[in-house]
Amino acid sequence: MGQTVIEKIIQNHTGEEVKPGQIVWMGLDIRSARDFGGPNVVKNYEREFGDAPLADKEKTFFTFDLCVPACSLKYADNQQVCREFAKKKGIKVFDVDSGIGSHVLVEESLAKAGSTVVGTDSHLNILGAVGCFGQGMGDVDITVAFKTGQTWFEVPETLKVVIKGHFDFPASAKDLTLYILKKLGTHKAALKAVEFYGETAQSLSLSGRITLCSMVTEMAGIIGFVPEFSDLSREEAAKLSGSKFSPLQADEDSAYSEELEIDISGIPPQVAAPYSPDNVQDVSDLKGTRIDTGFIGSCTNGRTEDLALAAQILKGRKIKEGVTLKVVPATKRVYEEILEKGILEDLFRGGAIISSPGCSGCAEGHIGLTGKGEVQISTGNRNFAGKQGKGETYLASPAVVAASCLAGQIISPEEL
Amino acid sequence: MEETALSGKTWVLLNQEGKLIEDIDTDQIYHNSFLHITEIQQMGQYALGNLEGWKDFPQKARPGDILITGRNFGAGSSRQQAVDCFISLKVGLILAPSFGAIYFRNAVNSGFPVLKCPELDELVAQRILETENEIKVDLRSGKGINVSKDRPFDVEPMSAVQYDIFKAGSLFMYGKKTSRDNGK
Ligand code: SF4
Repeated sequence: MGQTVIEKIIQNHTGEEVKPGQIVWMGLDIRSARDFGGPNVVKNYEREFGDAPLADKEKTFFTFDLCVPACSLKYADNQQVCREFAKKKGIKVFDVDSGIGSHVLVEESLAKAGSTVVGTDSHLNILGAVGCFGQGMGDVDITVAFKTGQTWFEVPETLKVVIKGHFDFPASAKDLTLYILKKLGTHKAALKAVEFYGETAQSLSLSGRITLCSMVTEMAGIIGFVPEFSDLSREEAAKLSGSKFSPLQADEDSAYSEELEIDISGIPPQVAAPYSPDNVQDVSDLKGTRIDTGFIGSCTNGRTEDLALAAQILKGRKIKEGVTLKVVPATKRVYEEILEKGILEDLFRGGAIISSPGCSGCAEGHIGLTGKGEVQISTGNRNFAGKQGKGETYLASPAVVAASCLAGQIISPEEL
Repeated sequence: MEETALSGKTWVLLNQEGKLIEDIDTDQIYHNSFLHITEIQQMGQYALGNLEGWKDFPQKARPGDILITGRNFGAGSSRQQAVDCFISLKVGLILAPSFGAIYFRNAVNSGFPVLKCPELDELVAQRILETENEIKVDLRSGKGINVSKDRPFDVEPMSAVQYDIFKAGSLFMYGKKTSRDNGK
């Protein structure tokens, strides 16, 4: 019997033959903790293991991305706790200027195709975009991962999703993702690895893959892979991750728990209404909904390509008076790219506020929060009640967010 | 041979219709109003405190007792207290057809024995397994026996991993013994 991508990756890191349902010790290529969860890992480590060395300091990292630079004393303290531990143990810190940890791990060539990565970030499964098995875990698990270089894992079943048809502007990878989320809901992919196939999936750019794989979390899945790459997308992934790029492929006779087809031909832009990411509707159904703020960024839509799409719509225009638009590049490298390509200027002149790279929106004390009664349209991945403050959040693509900020209401870019 | 079996008296969590209660979530096991408690000794008194018909479980349970419950036990939040409250009462083992994923992870990491038994609904429906039975289960072979009725049954044995952590006491204890680096 053949094996799926996740089965191959786990097997390569255990040294025994694996099948779904089996619990195995899995070697970890990279273990990381961020400014959320990181201080707990330090506390646990010092209490349980004292001065004992880490399994391998070269494979252990801190990535600060939630409250960067710290805007509350608590976060400032917590980050310093991690820095001091890191210094003592000789581990590298990607500090408050670096950007979103999962993206940094890709850019730094640390999250490689076929490798295993764990950290205190529930969206670490975003690394499926480069064929890497990333997984978020609690601070107890990560503490022991720091100490032993391994963790245990129950090999998940795999769901196969074949995407049929193509999308065209103004639809984008985010609309494809929201549409798939609407079709799968939170049950079909629950506790499973997902493999996405089809011509459209194959030709997705790296940032499109990141958008799709990041929201497998909202589908309740373990991780998503897009195993096949068009020449162009393979080249791009290789360039970004700076190394020879050879993602694992599933065997033809591998066993899937289920195989589904989703037809996306001609989908219009999609918007998820409060308070659930799978509460997805066509943009036309929500047209005219008043918005106060827009947010473009997050691990789902914070890459250069995403910001370029928004800039293209804003270029030569101004957002509506009374509306604010917050833009947060995913990483320092993205910041540099939008600077060099003139994207930053178009965003700024269009009326956007551009902040330092990081997560934002998702953590208290950072930009992207809403007050009671405030309506926000965001490129993020979650819109649960209370998640980004007391207001209401709609989830959409960078193009729809930019267009809606120009109009002061939810609107499709083609109607501007 | 190392002793790998656990034995004890059973509590079968039945509903009004006499069926195993399914989908018992972490709020029914350990309500969120007691999340501030950090001492394990104090958690036992709240175990199953929000599950209709079983609120007096902490008074009834004796050390070593075995809890028998329906599928998807421990669905919901990631709270460790939903496992620790049973450790606090010195419950010996929980058997269910299946568990919530995070619940299972938390129990394994705490070194608390939880075992999957796919035929549990059958055993209970046919009254092969009832409350106050004395049962014995081998963690490694998966062979079980209801001593009170002299009837054998099967459970999914512990994986080597789960058994390693169980023997060590917890994931932390396991971590103290191990420092090998398997990453490639
Ligand atoms: S942007 Fe939000 S969801 Fe993404 S990694 Fe950061 S905190 Fe998590």
